[in-house]
Amino acid sequence: MSTISSPTGHQLPEEAIGVLSADGFIDPTESAKAFVDDATAIDHERVAEMYRLMANTRRIDEEGVNLQRQGQLVLWTPSLGQEAAQAGAVTALQDRDWIFPTYREHVMARGRGIPDEKVFDFFRGAVHAGWKPSDYNMQPYTVVLAAQVPHAVGYGWGIAQQQRGWTDARRAEEGRVAVACFGDGASTEGDIHEAMVFAASFDTPVVFFIQNNYWAISTPFEVQSKVPLFKRAKGYGFEGFAVDGNDPIATAAVMDHAVDHARRGGGPVLVEAHTYRMGAHTTADDPTKYRTSEEESQYAQSDPMVRTEQYLRRRFDYTDAFFDEIAAESEQLAVNLREKIVDAPDTISLREKFDLVYAEEHPLVDAQAVAFDRWMEDEDAS
Amino acid sequence: MTTVFDEVATGTKKLTVGQAVNRALGDALATDERVLLQGEDIGALGGVYRVTEGLAARFGSDRVVDAPLGESGIVGTSIGLAQAGFVPVAEIQFDGFVYPAFDQIVSQLAKMHSRFQGSQQFPVTIRLPYGGGIGSVEHHSESPEAYFAHTAGLKVVTYSNAHDAYWVTRAAIDSADPVLLLEPKKHYFVRGEVDFDVPTDNPFATVEARPGTDGTLLAWGPQVSTALAAAEAGVEDGYDLQVLDIRGLSPLDMTTIADAVKTTGRAVIIHESSTFAGFGAEISAGLMEQAFLSLEAPVQRVGGYHMPYPPSRLEQDYLPSVDRILDAVDETFTY
Ligand SMILES: Cc1ncc(C[n+]2csc(CCOP(=O)(O)OP(=O)(O)O)c2C)c(N)n1
Ligand SMILES: [Mg+2]
Repeated sequence: MSTISSPTGHQLPEEAIGVLSADGFIDPTESAKAFVDDATAIDHERVAEMYRLMANTRRIDEEGVNLQRQGQLVLWTPSLGQEAAQAGAVTALQDRDWIFPTYREHVMARGRGIPDEKVFDFFRGAVHAGWKPSDYNMQPYTVVLAAQVPHAVGYGWGIAQQQRGWTDARRAEEGRVAVACFGDGASTEGDIHEAMVFAASFDTPVVFFIQNNYWAISTPFEVQSKVPLFKRAKGYGFEGFAVDGNDPIATAAVMDHAVDHARRGGGPVLVEAHTYRMGAHTTADDPTKYRTSEEESQYAQSDPMVRTEQYLRRRFDYTDAFFDEIAAESEQLAVNLREKIVDAPDTISLREKFDLVYAEEHPLVDAQAVAFDRWMEDEDAS
Repeated sequence: MTTVFDEVATGTKKLTVGQAVNRALGDALATDERVLLQGEDIGALGGVYRVTEGLAARFGSDRVVDAPLGESGIVGTSIGLAQAGFVPVAEIQFDGFVYPAFDQIVSQLAKMHSRFQGSQQFPVTIRLPYGGGIGSVEHHSESPEAYFAHTAGLKVVTYSNAHDAYWVTRAAIDSADPVLLLEPKKHYFVRGEVDFDVPTDNPFATVEARPGTDGTLLAWGPQVSTALAAAEAGVEDGYDLQVLDIRGLSPLDMTTIADAVKTTGRAVIIHESSTFAGFGAEISAGLMEQAFLSLEAPVQRVGGYHMPYPPSRLEQDYLPSVDRILDAVDETFTY
């Protein structure tokens, strides 16, 4: 893989679009030309909103690790380090667009307004889907790698049919887009290939949003692919971009372009956001078994939060007041979350699960539910 | 569970189930140069349960291979590796992630011996940690044995203790036929005595885990310990219950099972997955065919409900329990 060294030492493919240096100066990469204007035109409100999403989530993320350590969660999947990529992506969307996430899209979930405790209900083993997907136009977190990606394409296919014959104006007003999130590791699952074939065949309004965080549990990116993933798009017949995923404005500008292209009926786009999984894969993981602390500290220098803060200060004269306020707000979110999560009761009983198996009556399930009721009554009585 | 063994094992040792599997894999690699392990995260990390810990360092990354993420690829290439003369041992990380490989297992691997007109063997072992009760997230607690036992051409085996973990794993790798090796992940950290003297019995046979005369509890893998606990608790209720540990689901040692039930007259089959079209139905039908006249009551099944495996906070209501098993035993005494 041919790479260039960004100012942070973060290795990016030479085609990667990056606008900000690690300390928040505008210092575009060679390949960023077409995006510099759009990226730097992003107004301070959106950059601040991205920062808020990132900072709030980072605090909650930390709480996720704590709560798991305290036995309140069965697992937590940190998004640490990937916040700018997700903030850039989620702020490029309209509420009517659908997100098809993995298990790590905490910034995107926040961007959709999903309450923290609903996200955490999944991780404390209370439910398999923390929120009602149609309330937020975001599928439940999907654990089986890549499985959600064909769903996004199918949804996009449906949209493409429904929007056939729409004018550009109507598409801009009402057109919908599906964003399929997945990781570098998941990119090698067979479902991804089939999803991309279908997406291209039916000109679906889908953005394949890859967070390449360079690790799939212990498997480094080199084992997954000899070339950066954005290059695959060409082989399927659509456009692919590599972006510095730790650069919020570059990611936002590239995602704006990709979403707009899909919304106008231009077909699928692939965006590979190069970022880094700064934390463990999950709370069950031990990265010391497979990566060095030198590597971790090198990547720590390209922390997207630092970069975003610096950019807000330099370019838009944001001051301590703003950052203090966000920090206090994040702290309060953590307090609220703990109140809701620590020793929280079940949100659903096994009995209620019987009613969710089928949409229609099912004699076997109905009979088992009756037997289960009787069993629980006997248990309670004895 | 860091234990890297230099020599092929002898004598007896106290090991966890995970260490016994590690040792079996190491001994297979040491004694047969055709053996090759592949799977997600099995190299430097040693697998998410550390079952392959130390093996990549000892045997090299050509023989203990971190695969790209793709279950269909892992099983499909194992078929090709077997054709090239290797003895592949593929790890699928969790039960719920085996389905992307379903075609390669069911339509390809299982049929290859027939399709090659018997001219080529496909000694592929697929290691699949399975079962629930571990407090994990979605897709990490399933028991898919029925799907695979239904497939001709595939052997499906499991075990419940460290000794059997070693020998069932060795036998699976030695098998000339493809084997789906279901590893009860709940027991990976449970310790037991492993005797490394080559056993005289068939490691896939059904064995008695506890003698008893009033009825027979039939279980496999992670539910054997529940069955044993139920038999123990049953003493208070006045029951003397036998427990059978079924290691081979395919081939199924129906003779041993039928002979046992003929002596007790009562059978309760226990498994984690849904009882509807579950593997217990096969055993029940076998008992109807082979032990009908000795049965004092209909065969009972205790298993999961007909619903997706529930979130972990609810799993204890879903899984077979001592109470549910003894309730089923009571039922057999109402006839
Ligand atoms: C089909 C399937 N196989 C294996 C796994 C186990 N697993 C969970 S996450 C993961 C690594 C995924 O890496 P990547 O796609 O890069 O996403 P990241 O975790 O880095 O965000 C693996 C192997 C799974 N969830 N699904
Ligand atoms: Mg990754």
